[in-house]
Amino acid sequence: MKSFTSKLFYFGIALLFIPQQAYAMHIMEGFLPPGWAIFWFLLSLPFLFIGLRSIQQTVKEHPESKMLLGLSGAFAFVLSALKIPSVTGSSSHPTGIGLGTILFGPFIMSVMGSIVLLFQTLLLAHGGLTTLGANIFSMAIVGPFIAYGIFKGATKIGASFSVAVFLAAMLGDIGTYIMTSFQLAIAFPSEVGSFFASFQKFSGIFALTQIPLAVSEGILTVIVMNFLQLYNKRELTALNILKVKEN
Amino acid sequence: MWRKNIILFSFVVILTIFPLIFLQDADFDGADGKAEEAITDIAVSYEPWFHAIWEPPSGEVESLLFVLQAIIGAGFIGYFIGFMRGRSKNSKVDS
Repeated sequence: MKSFTSKLFYFGIALLFIPQQAYAMHIMEGFLPPGWAIFWFLLSLPFLFIGLRSIQQTVKEHPESKMLLGLSGAFAFVLSALKIPSVTGSSSHPTGIGLGTILFGPFIMSVMGSIVLLFQTLLLAHGGLTTLGANIFSMAIVGPFIAYGIFKGATKIGASFSVAVFLAAMLGDIGTYIMTSFQLAIAFPSEVGSFFASFQKFSGIFALTQIPLAVSEGILTVIVMNFLQLYNKRELTALNILKVKEN
Repeated sequence: MWRKNIILFSFVVILTIFPLIFLQDADFDGADGKAEEAITDIAVSYEPWFHAIWEPPSGEVESLLFVLQAIIGAGFIGYFIGFMRGRSKNSKVDS
């Protein structure tokens, strides 16, 4: 009986000290040591720079694709606002990065993803300014690059368009959260078992929760692509996403 | 296209509802809260060195802002769908 009450006591103490923070799937404000915070910022900067130039160039070369650019940003906005329950008993949200990546390439989504993250940081206390660099790197750089690679690879080995889109969006989403786990694990290597023990712990929290959500994101991205294939064939062909089929 | 999409969408709905039905006693906290616990487990002495400049004063205000984020996105997507359908209708009339 005594052990039970003492457990309860410690649990109460723990509750007092764990700050009741908003649900964010990104790394929380102040939760990366300054050195790492700066490191991820510096690493992200060149991608943002190239991304901005890439947007300018796309608008210049394909002015008709402005609506699609807007759609890519809007899709990321909606999906990252949806906190969805998962099989691990906790909730997380998708990233919505895959769609824009497939349409415009990974660099453009670095910028779009950063805008989403900034919005969530400033208005929702979600993620954080000090951890913005790290969160940009995982969601707006690693995510898009994985999605892009998977899409190109899957198309090359002859997967159908829908399957390639699904895999790209899904794995880009999961990749983001594996990266988040990695970032936390190298900043907080566990005393017993060091980096790997920590990585296992964090990926158990983030990446596992993310799997069903990533599947949902993949399906939602395919749904939007189905619409685009019907109504935006011209733009998709101009952006070299759909190959021109002879009728 | 619409039929295929409705079927696909129902998969998303099932995936979302599934945990709610089968994990009755889960609290569905944010994964971030659990990560915080994990950090304080590993690095007992770690103190967040920076705090959010502004935080929504309550869960209600926070969900309001989340809805706002979703509306901005969904609003544009709705506009996009309408615009593109209208455009394709017009081009059919023209040709």
